[in-house]
Amino acid sequence: MKPFGYLRAGTVREAAEALAEHPGARCLGGGTNLVDLMKLGVERPGLLVDVSRLPLDTVEELPDGSVRVGATVRNSDLAAHPLVRDRYPVLSQALLAGASGQLRNAATTGGNLLQRTRCPHFQDLSKPCNKRTPGTGCAAREGTHRDHAVLGHSEQCVATHPSDMAVALAALDARVELDDGRTTRDLPADRFHRLPGDHPERDTEIRPGELVTGVVLPAATASLPSAYRKARDRASYAFALASVAAVLRTSEDGTVVHVGLAFGALAHKPWRAERAEAALRGGPATEDAFARAVERELEAARPLRDNGYKVPLARNLAVDVLTRLATARNRTGTTEEDS
Amino acid sequence: MTGTGSALGVPAERREGRQKVTGGARYAAEHPLPGRVHAWPVPAGVARGRVTAVHTEAALDLPGALAVLTHDNAPRITEPDDPTLAVLQTPGVPHRGWPVALVVARTPEEARAAAEAVRVEYAVEEHDVRLTADHPEAYEPEKANAGFPARREWGDPDGAFASAPVRVDVSYHVPPLHNHPMEPHTSTAHWDGDRLVVYTSSQGGTAVRAVLTALFELPEDRVTVVADHVGGGFGSKGTPRPDVVLAVMAARETGRPVTVALPRRHLPSVVGHRAPTLHRLRLAADTGGRLTALTHEVVTHTSRIKEFVEQAAVPARVMYATPASRTLHRAVRLDVPSPSWMRAPGESPGMYALESAMDELAGALGMDPVDLRVLNEPEREPDSGKPFSSRHLTECLREGARRFGWDRRDPRPRARGEGPLLLGTGVAAATYPVLVGPSRAEARALPDGSFVVRVNATDIGTGARTVLAQVAADALGVPLERVRSEIGDSDLPSAPLAGGSSGTASWGWSVHRACTELADQLGSRTGPLPDEGITAHADTAGLADADSPYARHAFGAHFAEVAVDTVTGEVRVRRMLGVFAAGRILNARTARSQFIGGMTMGLGMALTEGSTMDAAFGDFTEADLASYHVPAHADVPAIEAHWIDEEDAHLNPMGSKGIGEIGNVGSAAAIGNAVHHATGVRFRELPLTPDKVLAGLARPVTSGRGG
Repeated sequence: MKPFGYLRAGTVREAAEALAEHPGARCLGGGTNLVDLMKLGVERPGLLVDVSRLPLDTVEELPDGSVRVGATVRNSDLAAHPLVRDRYPVLSQALLAGASGQLRNAATTGGNLLQRTRCPHFQDLSKPCNKRTPGTGCAAREGTHRDHAVLGHSEQCVATHPSDMAVALAALDARVELDDGRTTRDLPADRFHRLPGDHPERDTEIRPGELVTGVVLPAATASLPSAYRKARDRASYAFALASVAAVLRTSEDGTVVHVGLAFGALAHKPWRAERAEAALRGGPATEDAFARAVERELEAARPLRDNGYKVPLARNLAVDVLTRLATARNRTGTTEEDS
Repeated sequence: MTGTGSALGVPAERREGRQKVTGGARYAAEHPLPGRVHAWPVPAGVARGRVTAVHTEAALDLPGALAVLTHDNAPRITEPDDPTLAVLQTPGVPHRGWPVALVVARTPEEARAAAEAVRVEYAVEEHDVRLTADHPEAYEPEKANAGFPARREWGDPDGAFASAPVRVDVSYHVPPLHNHPMEPHTSTAHWDGDRLVVYTSSQGGTAVRAVLTALFELPEDRVTVVADHVGGGFGSKGTPRPDVVLAVMAARETGRPVTVALPRRHLPSVVGHRAPTLHRLRLAADTGGRLTALTHEVVTHTSRIKEFVEQAAVPARVMYATPASRTLHRAVRLDVPSPSWMRAPGESPGMYALESAMDELAGALGMDPVDLRVLNEPEREPDSGKPFSSRHLTECLREGARRFGWDRRDPRPRARGEGPLLLGTGVAAATYPVLVGPSRAEARALPDGSFVVRVNATDIGTGARTVLAQVAADALGVPLERVRSEIGDSDLPSAPLAGGSSGTASWGWSVHRACTELADQLGSRTGPLPDEGITAHADTAGLADADSPYARHAFGAHFAEVAVDTVTGEVRVRRMLGVFAAGRILNARTARSQFIGGMTMGLGMALTEGSTMDAAFGDFTEADLASYHVPAHADVPAIEAHWIDEEDAHLNPMGSKGIGEIGNVGSAAAIGNAVHHATGVRFRELPLTPDKVLAGLARPVTSGRGG
């Protein structure tokens, strides 16, 4: 096996310095994806920086009412956290829709964001893959691609990002915190992952030497009606065929005041449905309006030979979830933040 | 429990259960012999061609690397009957994934790394891996798998079909499926001087020993094959697989004990799969519902090196009375991995198609599908004309209908819903042949009042140790706890495999015979037993394999309820219920486990499982348990297995039929029929994943293609 170094980082700064000094080093959180990829030979880091013991394992409310989630908070813990369950149900639901109980117990918030595509060709060293080895070609575009992207793909890559959690973060206007040991910055969650373009080997906007230290859930979307729905081949432990995260606030007269809508498993990143959101904002929160807006968003879809089903599937999911959120509000008369 | 004759049928717990859940049970890779090393195969990276060079220098330079075996330097073996075992003998590459080298190193990790460093050059030829119903190279083999004639025909099926008032002419498609047992195919081989000891994950150690003695030209008494515990097989360990041959080669080459634990990702190409089957069924009936013709034609694939023809049209020779029938198999040799045995070979895909078509016929007739089946019950086995030793399909259907609440069913499709969910129920019949083979066994009475039965049976997770002790206790008339069974070692009296649902019948028959003989000896003697006890031997050759004048099969009925989500196309089973007529049930606990295991596997076949042949590369896309979707717990709902008390004097001394496979047969059809009932749409290609179902729901509703 390829020998690798192992560093148990005590501070963010120590971890960031190690990452900067060792190009190709990888952060080890729960290891649920990275270790698999190392066994397959897809990832061959010279150094593993174990960040699992960094003091980033808390969920805390900040003075401005937002909620900060540390990068090493386990997926199970985050899903079960009262602040998340109460204020951001879409996030709790998305986390619980992912992987299996055992994996969620190990997987971390940062690791979930940084997990790699499950494209079967990416994971198979005997196949060409521009994401794994730039310039070798794409085995999926003409090969097996039922699970692949319909939006935003490129000639180079048709892979999808597998995270459920990240879809909810995008819909919630969450921000991802990055730290290179000297300075910190943050990015909107829906700008953290990239479209493949000509550089499918780059999944995210993270810079060399940076690590994810946390995620901030904004006060603005706290306690808004929200929900996640995922379609999959089996009832548990399966990646999404398509998924949707939605946050919806309507006024007394049924007008859309706030909407956040994101799709999973349709693209190389969580797909923020900005066109649909713009079409809905200020308009009626009706099933027809949802359908028109979502269809408008999905006009951009360019399905491959065998994944055209994703377009009607995503449409149905989004219309269903938005309609339920709108109906739930009408049924209860007021939502919590109104009362 | 005490008393006599009471051990059979009781829900005795698995004897090795505690060992297994506490990690004490040793599997084939868990025998840490001194100096033991590990080997990792190098799979062929092309689908067809030959190896022109294997560069091993870089691999051998890596830490821990000990040897690289290739077709140039691997030990020569006698040509095996099974061509998939002829590994590292020639440069030929019959399919992608075929082992072209084997790396031996100190640790599994070092072996894996060195295997990655082996560079192989090929002369590549164009490959063809696409199975189509009208493939120009399709041929009709002489025999289908298990020795069945490829074609059987009586009456004038075409004429009868053409003139029938009610007709169904439909095609079904079952994709390639993989067994994927929890424990991968694994062998540890150790040469002790000129003795060979092998720990292997196999469904039958006697056959492994026979193959190894032939391939390596060894006398039988110098080979011991141990299969203490086996983490599932589902047919894929029914015969020796390349891991055991590679391990023995590597042990011989390196002079050290060697473990070959096939990586999960290698399994789809190397240890067999259920071949895809394309079915065309033509059913004709009179207006009263009696079949006038039944035609079941199957096209499947096999590999270039081995003819294995999934016998999917065979159950149609058993199931229904019809004056005219044709059942036939055609195969296409493709550049694909060799297909092989998978739970209920033939019956599983064949009964999916036949029982789906029967449901379509019931729809075309406007008849209840239970009644249609009962109406078409044959008096004798249709193909052979033999009387059935016992056949209680009608009782299974009626009892299942009663328990399931079938009489409350609204037969109209798409009539029940809950919001966006469509609900439906379905029924299908099951059949599986009674198979049994000759076996030896030994029974010993010890002075302390305990007994030992010894037979080279294999426990693949079914509870073989337990049930054989029950058979012995029953024959001896002693309490169960006084009987110990020794199995899983080829130095024990030889016995056939755990496969074809034949294990318990085959081993049990010889155990019963030995114990009966021992009881006779004990009854006629006085005084204490000698220290070594007294022993009786049995061999059922000539008995167990004698031709029977009866057609012997187990039967069953499956009922399923599904919910189909019109938003997503997701199908989820709400409940499954099976009723089986399988002779005497010998252990209520482990039998139930087998039945519901089979039904769960049918659920997977119906809804979640399938392997995709990648035409560009010639391999299966799904290479791990994350992508090959066996049902998760969340998929398996309320699931019930029941059986009827069936007495059959024409089987074996226990009166038992096999139960390992019948639970699987027909269960996928019951689910598919329920999906049709729920949606009004007939889906004819498995698995019923959201992509297919959502597309189908968008099509206009049909209610069968009755003519």
